[in-house]
Amino acid sequence: MAFESLADRLQETIKKIRGKGKVSEADVKQMTREVRLALLEADVNFKVVKDLINRIKERAIGQEVLKSLTPGQQVIKVVQEELTELMGGEQSKINLSPKPPTVVMLVGLQGAGKTTTTGKLANFVRKQHNKCPLLVAGDVYRPAAIKQLETLGQQLTMPVFSMGDKESPVTIAKEAVAKAKEDHNDIVFIDTAGRLHVDENLMEELEQIKSVTKPDEIFLVVDAMTGQDAVNVAESFNEHLGLTGVILTKLDGDTRGGAALSVKAVTGTPIKFVGLGEKLDALEAFHPERMASRILGMGDVLTLIEKAQATVDEDKAKEMEKKMRTMSFTFDDFLEQLGQVRTMGPLEDLLAMMPGANKMKGMKNLQVDDKKIGQIEAIIRSMTPKEKAEPDIINASRKKRIAVGSGTSIQEVNRLLKQFKDMKKMMKQMMGSGKGKKKKNPFNLPFM
Amino acid sequence: MSFFKKLKTKITGQTDSVTGKFRDGLSKTRQSFSSKVNNLVKRYRKVDEDFFEELEEILIGADVGVNTVMDLIERLKDEARTRNIKETEDLKEVIVEVLSGMLTASEGDTALRMNDNGMTVILVVGVNGVGKTTTIGKLAYKFKEEGKSVMLAAGDTFRAGAIDQLEVWGERASVDVIKHSEGSDPAAVVYDAITSAKSRKADVLICDTAGRLQNKVNLMKELEKVKRVITRELPDAPHEVLLVLDATTGQNALNQAKIFRDATDVTGIILTKLDGTAKGGIVLAIRHELDLPVKFIGLGEGIHDLQPFDSDAFVYGLFAEMFQPQEEEAD
Repeated sequence: MAFESLADRLQETIKKIRGKGKVSEADVKQMTREVRLALLEADVNFKVVKDLINRIKERAIGQEVLKSLTPGQQVIKVVQEELTELMGGEQSKINLSPKPPTVVMLVGLQGAGKTTTTGKLANFVRKQHNKCPLLVAGDVYRPAAIKQLETLGQQLTMPVFSMGDKESPVTIAKEAVAKAKEDHNDIVFIDTAGRLHVDENLMEELEQIKSVTKPDEIFLVVDAMTGQDAVNVAESFNEHLGLTGVILTKLDGDTRGGAALSVKAVTGTPIKFVGLGEKLDALEAFHPERMASRILGMGDVLTLIEKAQATVDEDKAKEMEKKMRTMSFTFDDFLEQLGQVRTMGPLEDLLAMMPGANKMKGMKNLQVDDKKIGQIEAIIRSMTPKEKAEPDIINASRKKRIAVGSGTSIQEVNRLLKQFKDMKKMMKQMMGSGKGKKKKNPFNLPFM
Repeated sequence: MSFFKKLKTKITGQTDSVTGKFRDGLSKTRQSFSSKVNNLVKRYRKVDEDFFEELEEILIGADVGVNTVMDLIERLKDEARTRNIKETEDLKEVIVEVLSGMLTASEGDTALRMNDNGMTVILVVGVNGVGKTTTIGKLAYKFKEEGKSVMLAAGDTFRAGAIDQLEVWGERASVDVIKHSEGSDPAAVVYDAITSAKSRKADVLICDTAGRLQNKVNLMKELEKVKRVITRELPDAPHEVLLVLDATTGQNALNQAKIFRDATDVTGIILTKLDGTAKGGIVLAIRHELDLPVKFIGLGEGIHDLQPFDSDAFVYGLFAEMFQPQEEEAD
């Protein structure tokens, strides 16, 4: 089921409207229908969609869209703004109690990722707030859940409080908070067993844990792939416990994540964090405008830019630019650049964040080969400093040595040399007082 | 009327426990879905556009998915036209018929493909947190009950505690678990498991795998490798590759099914957590868009809570409340 992005579908509709010269109510209806379908495909609850569509319709029929030269873009802008607004501001702070220990409870359905998130959150808080967390193994039902948390505790070198699986979770939670006071742990994370929102007994157990530990935060952990039922789950957990926040997990998958909207709409509590992988540092603050883009299938340019900013040293970048301009760009500089691209994460992840990347021809099956970059690095590293600075001196025997040294072949060395030469030529054109012709692909890096 | 009766007789022919389990597990589904349909029928007397629009909403709310819903609605409109149905009350049966038809139309074999001469190898795959390990525990118990000798391969070497979790299920079902340490190569675990299952002449070997999101290319490759190792050791194996899907999942479940099928030739689906989510609509979408049979459904955390998928029973579960008033009338 190849899902066309909302932008493409709207474009189609707009095309039809264009010829008419006048936009009728039916046309607006058609446009909002496309928006509706896009949101439903993204698993936003249909009731939430209904409300949204009404608001969008009002704004769309208003001046701002129809008089615009690019109504399609305008509609998307309106939709995106509405989504962003609904999902609220960025609030990735944890409410810390003035009287430690701060108690944080994590609740949710089975398999949402509570235990993993408990570990990630503790790791995050320790880093960001310089806290000393205690993890509490409150899932006494699922086999080996305690063991799982203990393993995470080991990986993080954090204490884990457990009383085995024979005690009631309420007792465990109570004892844990007492223990935290004793040991001067200033924040306690209580992992609870996954449970159905309709299981009254287990929901009551959570209420009891809440009443004995008086948590400062109660986070609902929600799988980003959840469908229409997300509203019922969130509503029920919220009714029983009074949630203070939501954590969205498994966002590193290819789900559009409409559940985020649904959950936010019914609970009114902020989505604070998102889980983006299985590693213990794969937890990030929630960004509503990015989520809106994602739900609409528009890529995540902001994350990409942020990643680049976080990894690329500004001063170095300036220096590099100067080098490019003065044409003193060497293999050493190239190596450094490769390194910077690499620290931004696997290239596939970067590509996935680019809007339209998955639609581009040839991009779909393109797997940017991290190995190949490694090979290029090996070739460059096998050069002498002089060779790196003046590649022109590399003759046949030097090539042979480099190939042997890097475990590649002469052909591969040749290819890299040629690509490097082309790259320099291109830089010259780009920097050459803006007169240079525009190349089709200015970023023709050898590994793409 | 006839359709309900037929279904009813078919169901009552089955053991009470099975039907009971479906009813208990699906009670949430039933309440919300069929009470909505009932409501709808009461509110709208005439079959018109508004009626269909609201029906569309109900189906979408059940995670059936936009594409499937559109098709369904078209079909219902056609039926209403050809049969000249004007009253919503009369359309009720058509709705059930069409839904059930959709589930049974492409019905593959819902029974497991067993190897008659030798060991049966089952590979279990899926994304994180869908209930693979729990399902394997239930499956192992089921085979054990049938008098088969069963072994498990702890192929989830990644997630903390996964091996221990499988071992607990192994104890519960009293079957042996072949394991390596955490972080080892899952293909190696599976290789060892096959070798030792062969020498112990086990009837069934079920291989657990780590949960992985379908867009992680490397992890999907790892899975392909695991499957290759199995086939290399036993040319006909794996006899079943079962994809475990969480019924709570929305439209992404279709992506999962598609990509896992492409990577590992999935032969069937196990739909878990049907006791919790209010809707089972995803089954319709899966049947409609992919040619993959649902083989089992998970209805709880107990070791018995795995049932073979039976589309008639499933439909009965969905619409049980719609049957009741008619029964009373008949009485």
